[in-house]
Amino acid sequence: MEIPYTVNARKDTGLYNAKLGIWLFLASEVMLFGALFSAYILLRVGATPGTWPHGLLNVPLGTLNTIVLIVSSVTVVMAWASLKMKQFGKWRMYQGATLVCALIFLVIKSFEYNDKLTHYEVVTKEGDKFHVYDGHLVQEDKDKIVLHPSAHRLYTARAIAYGFGPEPAGAHAAADHGAKEHSDKHELITIQRSTIEHMENYGPKHHAYLAIYFTLTGLHALHVIGGAIVMAFFFGPGAKMWKTNPEQFTNRIEISGLFWHFVDLVWIFLFPVLYLL
Amino acid sequence: MSHSSTPTTGHSTSDGHHDVASEVRRYLIIFGALTVGTIVTVLASYVNFGSSTMNIVVALIIASIKAFLVAGYFMHLISEKKMIYAILVATAFFFAGLMYLTLWSSEPASLIHHQSYVP
Amino acid sequence: MQHSHDTHSHSHDAHHHEEMGFWSKYVFSTDHKVIGIQYGITSLLFLLFGFGLMGLMRWQMAYPGTPIPVFGPILEKLLGSAAAGGVMSADLYNSFGAMHGTIMVFLGVVPLAFAAFGNYVVPLQIGAPDMTFPRLNMASYWLYFLGGIVMLISFFLPGGAAQGGWTSYSPLATIIPTQGQTWWLVGMVLLINSSLLGAVNFLATIIQLRAPGMTWMRLPFFVWAQFVTAFLLLLAFPPLEAAGVMQLMDKVFGCSFFLPTGLMISGKVADVSGGGSPLLWQHLFWFLAHPEVYVLILPGMGIVSEILCNNIRKPIWGYKSLVYSLFAIGFLSFIVWAHHMYMTGMGTAISTFFQTTTLIISIPSVIILTVFFITLWGGSIRFNTQMLFTLAFLVMFGIGGLTGLPLGFNFVDLFLHDSYYVIAHFHYVVAPGTIFALFAGVHYWYPKATGRYMCDFWGRVHFWCSLVFMNIVFFPMFTQGIAGMSRRMYDGGANYSAAANKGLLGALPDSAIYSNVIISIGAWMLMLVQIPFIINFVWSIWKGRKVESDNPWEATTLEWQTPTPPPHGNFAVAPTVHRGPYEYSVPGAASDFIPQNQADTKAKASKS
Ligand code: HEM
Ligand SMILES: [Cu+2]
Repeated sequence: MEIPYTVNARKDTGLYNAKLGIWLFLASEVMLFGALFSAYILLRVGATPGTWPHGLLNVPLGTLNTIVLIVSSVTVVMAWASLKMKQFGKWRMYQGATLVCALIFLVIKSFEYNDKLTHYEVVTKEGDKFHVYDGHLVQEDKDKIVLHPSAHRLYTARAIAYGFGPEPAGAHAAADHGAKEHSDKHELITIQRSTIEHMENYGPKHHAYLAIYFTLTGLHALHVIGGAIVMAFFFGPGAKMWKTNPEQFTNRIEISGLFWHFVDLVWIFLFPVLYLL
Repeated sequence: MSHSSTPTTGHSTSDGHHDVASEVRRYLIIFGALTVGTIVTVLASYVNFGSSTMNIVVALIIASIKAFLVAGYFMHLISEKKMIYAILVATAFFFAGLMYLTLWSSEPASLIHHQSYVP
Repeated sequence: MQHSHDTHSHSHDAHHHEEMGFWSKYVFSTDHKVIGIQYGITSLLFLLFGFGLMGLMRWQMAYPGTPIPVFGPILEKLLGSAAAGGVMSADLYNSFGAMHGTIMVFLGVVPLAFAAFGNYVVPLQIGAPDMTFPRLNMASYWLYFLGGIVMLISFFLPGGAAQGGWTSYSPLATIIPTQGQTWWLVGMVLLINSSLLGAVNFLATIIQLRAPGMTWMRLPFFVWAQFVTAFLLLLAFPPLEAAGVMQLMDKVFGCSFFLPTGLMISGKVADVSGGGSPLLWQHLFWFLAHPEVYVLILPGMGIVSEILCNNIRKPIWGYKSLVYSLFAIGFLSFIVWAHHMYMTGMGTAISTFFQTTTLIISIPSVIILTVFFITLWGGSIRFNTQMLFTLAFLVMFGIGGLTGLPLGFNFVDLFLHDSYYVIAHFHYVVAPGTIFALFAGVHYWYPKATGRYMCDFWGRVHFWCSLVFMNIVFFPMFTQGIAGMSRRMYDGGANYSAAANKGLLGALPDSAIYSNVIISIGAWMLMLVQIPFIINFVWSIWKGRKVESDNPWEATTLEWQTPTPPPHGNFAVAPTVHRGPYEYSVPGAASDFIPQNQADTKAKASKS
């Protein structure tokens, strides 16, 4: 006996196996990301007032990446529609476009990661005075480092303890997205290595916000990579199936598409939550 | 067992060119709507809706609309089978339970986060 | 391929299947029966191993600080200073405790109850050729295997395996400076992914691959139990996976998802960014782990219902109430989790909410048990080994469930929380409960899988001894707990004993301390009496009495209507189902059971 309904739908459920399978899997994914979102909310609600960053990430890049993912969602669904209309050539084009989108997304994301990983908080001690500097590392050698202060920064418990906390409410109003007020601070800072007490980049360890940011987007990026690998397989060696079993091949494209849309869907929530709010 | 010519009802296996062609137009419209939605989200974040809570609510409403478009049309949830609805309704319920109960029970506990850092 | 409806032909070898090499047939097989057996054997070995850890810990509890005879030197050889002089160190005690819980739950009982029995039996019972996604099924097993290996390797890390308990509460679990916890988390992520693949597969199989005529209300109760179990796994495990990933981030990248600001470790402020929530870990952990306890018990209930009907020769009393109760349990089990957290200070309103849901969920549990008991009424019971285990299950699970009720009240739990009472409660449900059901299942389905019976005499010996020693082990724990003895104490409570604290009110009475010795001896005896089972299990593969027919227990469900053992693909032709699962002793029928795929009630159920 062969396994039934691998290609055609079962009458009473109206589904073929893989379709049901992917939806079940997506249900579990909803719970996975849901738990991370609840962690996000808890961390945010529990944060010391004024220390949850606002506008730390690059909004234009985030918007661009959102659009890239939306475009890829369209190309994915068009790819499937092309196969439905038996236009294999068009499918190839759309499938290829999706892969390109996935790649662009990941490249942009890696630039954003790099930006955070080169951003430092530096505590110095000169005499018995502590100072906390913050900015991107632009130059470093044996005995000094050079920081470029950036418009947006985080206030860690450590910085607050040294008296470098967020400005009192009001002083900072509506300045979150604009860098103008800070322009006077934009000169480079040179710090002697010998004075450095502590130096830490904006990696996941630095702050609860960065922790959840890296975790959520990292997990999301893994999904993008996973989805892209599967779709690349269908684009390449897997496409042979179109000749032997076009219906099953179309199903496969539909299934991988459903997964891809879900990845897009997660991003639709990640974007405002992490970049804008 | 024969998986021969089981007649199927869903569009997933039986629709012809015409259905799909008209759906393609719909996909493009939704693409437009999603792009606009993205821009509106960004713009809305610069507008002060009274409180940061309101801003969050607005952003989440726009995101939900976008999510509905993706799930409803790109993923064809609008016309999916009952079984899938059943699975998703159960998931939505437990998702809501997880979020709501976790947050509810965490209010007094947030006090412990507020101890200060002593270097 | 023969096209007759008579699938209980004796032509064991006539069924064609492709010639496969040893590796693809027995190791990297995609056949649900082979995978089920792989799961079964692996998880039985893990159960034995986890039990062994506890056997060693019981020495330390009964005779604190003295070298363990025989095994002490071996431990010292293997693990070095952690067992210096053959004495179990506190660190070793902690890691054995944590790993005992983890291994028993995630590598032992769940894989055996859900994955092994589910894999072997479910497709057969619904008349399917295999699971829906055979390759995912294989991946599920190998992820499980890998997860198990990771857990085992972690014993040999410097500093040993995870020490934070199977619950791995943060901050404790995160700040223990050894790497055991990291490996634990990696292992758990593998195991969770394995379970998720399994859950998707089971749900898809039961929804899609039911044979013609196998309507929902004709499903054997075992299939229903596995269905709900799979649903619990599917939706409850991902939050633990998220929590595991976050704890891994804490451990590896120094994040502080679960570490609060100002955390002090050994009198020093920890170098963490802070702002995390220890409560979040508990929420996400118990969001899984409460449904998980139903994952532990529901498959057991399913097995019990099959064996019960088969040996009473009567239909189940109230099949529908069983199914609805099952759904109620599945549904409610997602909203009771914080009854494990009454003591965290999460607030009285929320405690009351969870207390209420906890008490509501006990209603369907009681209904299920009641249905089983009423089913027994007026039956002429066949007392074979599997039936003995089943009957014992009913009583033992009853004790375990009823003792859960006091724990469900938050004001009583203030007193009982983290005491040996809790240990006794859940062990009654899982050990003489689920594990007895699993033994019953092994005896029941063994002839289908191997074509031979297990020996009934040694089965009985195993049963009676296990029953006695299980109770000797677990019953005194209730009294110890009520006397105030905490769980997870390295010296078995000696430090808090009345002897060590003369005149102190509330010190542990001598009886509680002395019980440790009785319990430990009981545990070692329990271990010894597993030997008949192990020998019986292995011996019978080659030497057991051969079955006389494909349906030796004269059962109604479809798995008995296949050749023995079922070939690849299970059925020559998809069986058509004509009736419910438990048509025993139907008035006017030619024999006292009517297989589900038999059309005509008058025809004699062929018992060739
Ligand atoms: C019938 C209704 C049940 C009720 C009302 C109930 C209630 C409870 C409560 C309130 C606790 C927490 C006690 C504490 O930590 O202070 C608990 C612990 C536990 N229960 Fe149950 N329970 C029930 C059935 C079950 C079943 C069926 C199982 C497993 C098959 C089970 C397994 C466990 C386990 C493993 C723990 C301890 C977890 C730990 O702290 O390590 N319970 N139960
Ligand atoms: Cu519980």
